[in-house]
Amino acid sequence: MTPTAKAKARASPNGNSTAASAETLKDDLVARLREDRGELLREWVRAMAADDGLWTGATTPEQELDSGTIYDACVDCLDTGSYQAAEEYAERMAQRAVLGVMHYERILSGVLTLRDVYWHSLSRHYLTDPDRLAGALKAFEPVTNKILLIVAMAFNSERERVVRQQQESIQELSTPVLQVRDRLLILPIIGLIDSDRALQLTEQLLGAIREFRARVVVMDVTGVAAVDSKVANHLIQTVDAARLLGTTVVVTGISASIAQTIVTIGIDLSRIQTVGDLQGGLELADRILGYQTIMGEPVASQIVPATAV
Amino acid sequence: MDIETRVQIDDESGILLARRSARELASELGFDSTSQTLIATAISELARNILKYACRGEILLRPVARNGIRGITVVAADEGPGIADLALALTDGFSTGRSLGLGLPGTKRLMDDFDLTSEVGKGTVVTTTRWVRSK
Amino acid sequence: MPVPILAQAPYLIASVQAALTDADLIGLQDSLLSEAQRRRCHGVVVDVTALDVMDSFSTQTLRSLAAMLRLRGVEMVIVGIQPGVAMAMVQLGLTMLDVRTALDLEEGLACLRAIPQGRAGRGH
Repeated sequence: MTPTAKAKARASPNGNSTAASAETLKDDLVARLREDRGELLREWVRAMAADDGLWTGATTPEQELDSGTIYDACVDCLDTGSYQAAEEYAERMAQRAVLGVMHYERILSGVLTLRDVYWHSLSRHYLTDPDRLAGALKAFEPVTNKILLIVAMAFNSERERVVRQQQESIQELSTPVLQVRDRLLILPIIGLIDSDRALQLTEQLLGAIREFRARVVVMDVTGVAAVDSKVANHLIQTVDAARLLGTTVVVTGISASIAQTIVTIGIDLSRIQTVGDLQGGLELADRILGYQTIMGEPVASQIVPATAV
Repeated sequence: MDIETRVQIDDESGILLARRSARELASELGFDSTSQTLIATAISELARNILKYACRGEILLRPVARNGIRGITVVAADEGPGIADLALALTDGFSTGRSLGLGLPGTKRLMDDFDLTSEVGKGTVVTTTRWVRSK
Repeated sequence: MPVPILAQAPYLIASVQAALTDADLIGLQDSLLSEAQRRRCHGVVVDVTALDVMDSFSTQTLRSLAAMLRLRGVEMVIVGIQPGVAMAMVQLGLTMLDVRTALDLEEGLACLRAIPQGRAGRGH
């Protein structure tokens, strides 16, 4: 008997017999799983290796999974009812998986296989006693379900965390405004844009226009996959704001999806100058700058047909 | 710093005072320069509406906080004729380039939270808030 | 407070001060119209660097001014709109598509010089 069970028995000798016997049963399960550790570990690894297609390749289950640690951690959960150690371990495994060091499917499959191994072992023990078998299942099942859930959630959280981090990194690449030549700036926009970032972008652009005294800006949105109407409005507002500072903005790289959004929200496309690609945009920019210094009347208000997107 | 600033709007000097007070308060609350301008512009529009349609009213400036984030709440109130069609007043004619009558959709864009209450014959109250963004 | 108007033939430069009242703006319209006529100006630069807010009223007044001047064959360009002000303006939909704009005084004068004489050009 485990110390806890002894203490419980001492505390309430005539107490709740169902609770006491459930506790006793659980302790018995734990004891068995610990006793048969060596044998069950081998069985587990064997079962995983037999898993078609999952463990083929450079590594074996033994190499990839710290099987002993996982085994003990699961039994500990059953014993103590505390899942903290399992959660921490799952988090570590998830990090390795998301980094590509381990395979998510293998880990999940491995834990499922371990559950099966545990269960087969326990059913063998209680085969002759259906009541005890039922009791064992009752003690065992919630624990393994919870462990599986912890593993799955850990992967999910880790994946989400990484994606978020990547998004932030992209945003933080404080959008470079490049001075190409005198009076000409290029503003390449990449990634996702939300309202806050759009505001930031506009601020940065206007600041750069002032600093470099730019007359033309080529704003390239090739790196922007799609926008909703709110963001499309923000981009148009950026063009309008730059115009108030006397700068012409040529927008290049508009995808079919973005073009659709712009037209759908009813913006008059003749208000903005668009060109298919960056190269074409730079050529137009040169023409605009050239006209302004040589020809007189600025051509900024003309519409240039966009090349095929 | 829970001081409420109340500015009477009976002539255009009120507009200038409201804008200046707002800028000062916004600066104290930690709003950056651009945000201060957006807030001051929103107030200018709201104050003009008061003068134009109600002849007099008031602008209230209040520092607020929510979940540890600071903000400024502007309440523009008058006892003027009120707005009959609230939905229409808030309709965004922005993307089609039509001129805005009351500038309310635009003012809404300048701020974060926006609430419009009006009753014909009683008056109008616009309550709008902008929050400090962390950078 | 009246807006100081500098003559830099054949152009006029009006530097709008901060805290411009509505009356000041109307006064500016009158002054510029008469001065431009008197000096036979080709163009006017309106410098709004000192304006910390441009709302629908001030924008409309400047647009009317530009239109009135153009009717008299005088071109106008607005310079010095602050970045924050520009951002507020576009949020309000005040895009001023029918008025020339330039970054600063130097750009504004370059813009006016680029306009062939005697032509009532289109807005920027």
